[in-house]
Amino acid sequence: MTDTGDLKRLPLEELHVAAGARFGGFAGWSMPLTYPPGVMKEHLHTRRAAGLFDISHMKLILVEGPQAAALLRRACPLDPEALELTQSKYSFFLTEEAGIIDDLIITRLGPERFMVVANAGNAATDVAHLTSLAEGFDAKVKPLDRVFLALQGPAAASIAAKAGLDISGLTFMHGVEPRPGWFMSRSGYTGEDGFEIGVPPEDGAGLAEALLAGGEAMWIGLAARDSLRLEAGLCLHGQDITPETNPVDAGLMWAITKPVREAGGFVGAKALAALTAQGPRSKRVGFRPEGRQPVRAGAKLFDADGNPAGDVTSGGFGPSAEAPVAMGYVPTALAAPGTTLFAEVRGNRLPVSVHSLPFVPHRYFKG
Amino acid sequence: MTVLFTQDHEWIRVDGDIATVGITNHAQEQLGDLVFVELPEVGRKVAKGDAAVVVESVKAASDVYAPVDGEITAVNDAVAGEPALVNSGAEGDGWLWKMKLADPSQLDGLMDAKAYASMIA
Repeated sequence: MTDTGDLKRLPLEELHVAAGARFGGFAGWSMPLTYPPGVMKEHLHTRRAAGLFDISHMKLILVEGPQAAALLRRACPLDPEALELTQSKYSFFLTEEAGIIDDLIITRLGPERFMVVANAGNAATDVAHLTSLAEGFDAKVKPLDRVFLALQGPAAASIAAKAGLDISGLTFMHGVEPRPGWFMSRSGYTGEDGFEIGVPPEDGAGLAEALLAGGEAMWIGLAARDSLRLEAGLCLHGQDITPETNPVDAGLMWAITKPVREAGGFVGAKALAALTAQGPRSKRVGFRPEGRQPVRAGAKLFDADGNPAGDVTSGGFGPSAEAPVAMGYVPTALAAPGTTLFAEVRGNRLPVSVHSLPFVPHRYFKG
Repeated sequence: MTVLFTQDHEWIRVDGDIATVGITNHAQEQLGDLVFVELPEVGRKVAKGDAAVVVESVKAASDVYAPVDGEITAVNDAVAGEPALVNSGAEGDGWLWKMKLADPSQLDGLMDAKAYASMIA
């Protein structure tokens, strides 16, 4: 049993206990890993109907003030002024060496008001980083205490509407403040349509109950959240991307527009320009192990001649893919889909084929 | 026939000098849905505490240890084809291997059902 004694507790922990959750530690939090249906059923239910995830371990950070955009322009490889109101964009905090401190979603809520959604494990680092950059800018960095729920799956929109949320006009990668203290975006980390909704702690239980009321959505634990995001080809910071990896090698340059790259001025711009000029040394790809045996994070890869050929950074079983799936880095010369490589698992070298990402098509609602 | 249990959540059912081994129902609950089982070769000699089998859930791989010394005499091929059998019948159809005991006195160190139940309570 995992000792969860020193971990932070979710505001809605009692609801998860009542739902029969099994808890474990993740990023300093005691988190529901699975519920009684189990990871397989939870995963499949999310793809078939809808799942409700408590992601209150993630951090909502409000950035506001006359120079809020200028601050984010410095902090991220992003042009906040180019975002329309309600528009969200995937971005990063980078080190001066262009390593990825964290990956984030930034939403423009007003001309001088932005919401940053950060990963749990990096929340303290992110807040300190942003606060330190904010010196000299007329902008405030406000970490918020929120219950943060994700509703994901093809039935998410109808469930949200039935629960009284106004989702009309809200398309993928847009976010609004439907009530004071509330933040709702059409986004998620499963590859499905869905919403992430942050509310003041006192509104959390009511929101969860409203979303579960019709019986269509069920609680989904962190185990299925991981298998869903892996099938969707989405990176987990700390595993697939880290301060030692950069957006060029990670294949994430799509998140940095050409004007932003050319203008520079953000933390890490110089190093990123050099990396871009030099071209990617490796490529982030998917893998499909042959057979049924999963290949997991940390497994070393080899080419047909036995030469080292990269690493697996995430791996497990994909319930919707009905097969093991994995993600990792390979030299660019070996990155073509269909390339056969060998992953070392407990002393054996198992054949895996390079696979394009995602493994399961995204089904976002783009309007 | 006696069923005994280990600290690592294996069960061992002894019938003469042959024992059947699997993981407990409690263990399968903790592991969650299994997707792969790596079985040993028949004829392999194992010592108490050796990893004899690897069971893999969606999320992680876990070793199953030999509760005592002996030689593998049979493996349950059904669970290799359908790992979920271990979830549905951990202490029945989901058995993992049979072994010939090298030293039956090692059984004295294992728990009975009552002791195991109180350990996991």
